[in-house]
Amino acid sequence: MTTTTERPGTGTGASPAPRGASDRSRAEQKLGWYLAGPAFAVMLLVTAYPIIQAVYYSLFDYRLTDPDNISFVGLKNYAVILTDSIWWTSFGVTVFITVVTVAVELVLGFLLALVMMNALRAIRPVLRAAILIPYAVITVVSAFAWQYAFSLDSGFVNSWFGWLPGISAETDWFGSTGSSLFVICLAEIWKTTPFISLLLLAGLAQVPDVLQEAARVDGATWWQRMWKVTLPNMKAAIMVALLFRTLDAFRVFDSVFVMTAGANSTETVSFLAYRQTIARVEIGLGSAVSVLLFLSVVIICIGFIKGFKVDLSQARGEK
Amino acid sequence: MRRTRWRRTLAAGAATVALALLAGCGGAPAGPPVLNWYINPDDGGQAEIAQRCSAASNGQYQIAVSVLPRQSAEQRQQLIRRLAANDSSIDIMSIDPPYIPEFAEAKFLAPVPEDVAQRTTAGIVNSAKEGASWNGELVTVPFWANTQLLWYRKSQVAGTGLDLSKPVTWDQVVATAQAKNSIIAAQGIRAESLTVWLNALVEGGGGQIVTNASPQDPDGVQLGLDSPAATKAAEIMKAVSAVGGPGFSTNSEDENSNAFQSGDAMFQVNWPFVWGKVNSAVEEGTVPQSTPDDFGWALYPQTEAGRPSAPPYGGINLGVGAFSKHTDLAYQATECITSTENQKQYFLTNGNPAARISVFTDPDVVKKFPMAPVIAQSLQQAKPRPQTAYYSEVSESIQRTYHPTAGIDPPTVGPATAALIKAVLAKEELL
Repeated sequence: MTTTTERPGTGTGASPAPRGASDRSRAEQKLGWYLAGPAFAVMLLVTAYPIIQAVYYSLFDYRLTDPDNISFVGLKNYAVILTDSIWWTSFGVTVFITVVTVAVELVLGFLLALVMMNALRAIRPVLRAAILIPYAVITVVSAFAWQYAFSLDSGFVNSWFGWLPGISAETDWFGSTGSSLFVICLAEIWKTTPFISLLLLAGLAQVPDVLQEAARVDGATWWQRMWKVTLPNMKAAIMVALLFRTLDAFRVFDSVFVMTAGANSTETVSFLAYRQTIARVEIGLGSAVSVLLFLSVVIICIGFIKGFKVDLSQARGEK
Repeated sequence: MRRTRWRRTLAAGAATVALALLAGCGGAPAGPPVLNWYINPDDGGQAEIAQRCSAASNGQYQIAVSVLPRQSAEQRQQLIRRLAANDSSIDIMSIDPPYIPEFAEAKFLAPVPEDVAQRTTAGIVNSAKEGASWNGELVTVPFWANTQLLWYRKSQVAGTGLDLSKPVTWDQVVATAQAKNSIIAAQGIRAESLTVWLNALVEGGGGQIVTNASPQDPDGVQLGLDSPAATKAAEIMKAVSAVGGPGFSTNSEDENSNAFQSGDAMFQVNWPFVWGKVNSAVEEGTVPQSTPDDFGWALYPQTEAGRPSAPPYGGINLGVGAFSKHTDLAYQATECITSTENQKQYFLTNGNPAARISVFTDPDVVKKFPMAPVIAQSLQQAKPRPQTAYYSEVSESIQRTYHPTAGIDPPTVGPATAALIKAVLAKEELL
């Protein structure tokens, strides 16, 4: 039998074994570090190194085709970016796509998770596979599929939905900002709702049956059980799903690249970073945009963890 | 006992790996040097030429082709990234002309030997010679040269009073399309083709987008976008977009050729690939013979009545990588690739016009491309896009401010674009 003397609330897995911990507990922690250490080192190498390099380059005026004229400019690149309307437009578009897609995906994903949870045992695997298919499609492929569907020459959407007001054979979906963003959001929602629904399904499965049973015995309605029992017990799962999807959505690139190439003010922050670094070969400016994108992602991450007041260790059953 | 066996197995494994590695490193590969030719995607014509030239080299070299991305801007990106890392595997490159100054300024191109320059520019059309040079010096070898024509549907133009046997103006073309309630298919999409169009209009009016390229100092670049020619160009763009059809702001060359082929558009300005495309469609049975029979062609429309038009110039030139280990052989190979015979074959099989004038009078070429004399004339008066080492910045700024063309304000769009380009080159603004 394992004796754990660890105090509640301190177990994060990575903290040193508390004083008074058993030999076995210490040995387990040591083994944990041996096992995770190489992965941790590789992670540092492949993620921290490029980040540090981007931060370094962002302080220089550096054009790839003019390597003889590199000059240190300090924070000038950041000043240029943050005072430019292009950055704020891209930022606004990115936030819009993120908020709209994540909100719709959360609702849709939850409904799909409920369907998967309550479906007959016999059809459950088939249903899960069917729901997961869009997620298995590579993003750039799905972006092309949606672009072809909505384009004027090869698209079928105008002919299928011509009966709806505002849609005719001549509706140019990629001709204006609003309609372009609508198609981009639609493609993103189609592609990643399965991901969020799968995470929520895992959360739903973790809600103890005894709590549901007790609420039912107490006469709680379906809605009351959902609101008072299911959702509070899924808080960690919802947070993880929202956090993952928000981070993912904030880095949206493929759909915009394929569908509009940033035309009609549909450029996102990732696309802006790509254009400065890869198309313009302005390594300094592009690195600064990338660093700002990274900082945005970090802020989102901290905001979620603080805002939801969820301790992720709770989800691991350590509390 | 078990430990010993385990050690033996390990040692044997290590020895095998070491032997395999040694064998892999053992000496130079047998046979002639392999020259890597990075090509833009085509219908297989460049790969065929590579085979022919490899065979003709009598064992001096072999040419291997590697295909670049489809869009010319992406081709540039891939080549620049590799060349910035001093990639010695790039021997020959098919380069879109507007990017040549940037490659030359970055010292990515091996100097063209004088004798090669003389031989490869003999009998070459003006625009191709101009497009292959930078600062008055030939830095690449002209391979094939492209230009846009004004294509029209004979049946739709008949009876409108527009005489296309003589040069016509954009104003006349727009008025004719309006009168017939039809469409002019021009490239209104936010892409490189928009810059191609604007440049042809500005040059056709006697102006220039870049008046001083200032290769060493981006702050010194001078622009001519506030000239009357630039204003007139913007007026034409706006007028054409009013008769450009519903998808004008997203239409590129492909969509436009489809609209013209189907009869939705009575005019289009486009490259000669449209002729090969419609004839292939006839062979496949998807289009009747009456469709190509209804195709008419004329010189690119004039910006100003009486002033010869300046049709877009495109095509491909061959650059030799500065870091190549076989620059001499690579230049030998470019001479073979750009021989008159290969240019003719490439024109006939892939529909890409030659850079050498004599090809356009070849009976086989004239038979297959009855518009060859018009293409030749168009190439002689065509103008390259702004030649500057900062072409990407210039082009992308134009795409940002001139798109969508229906919404531009002709008197202000030019000066606004010039201000944007100056700010972008001074690194005071993003693009």
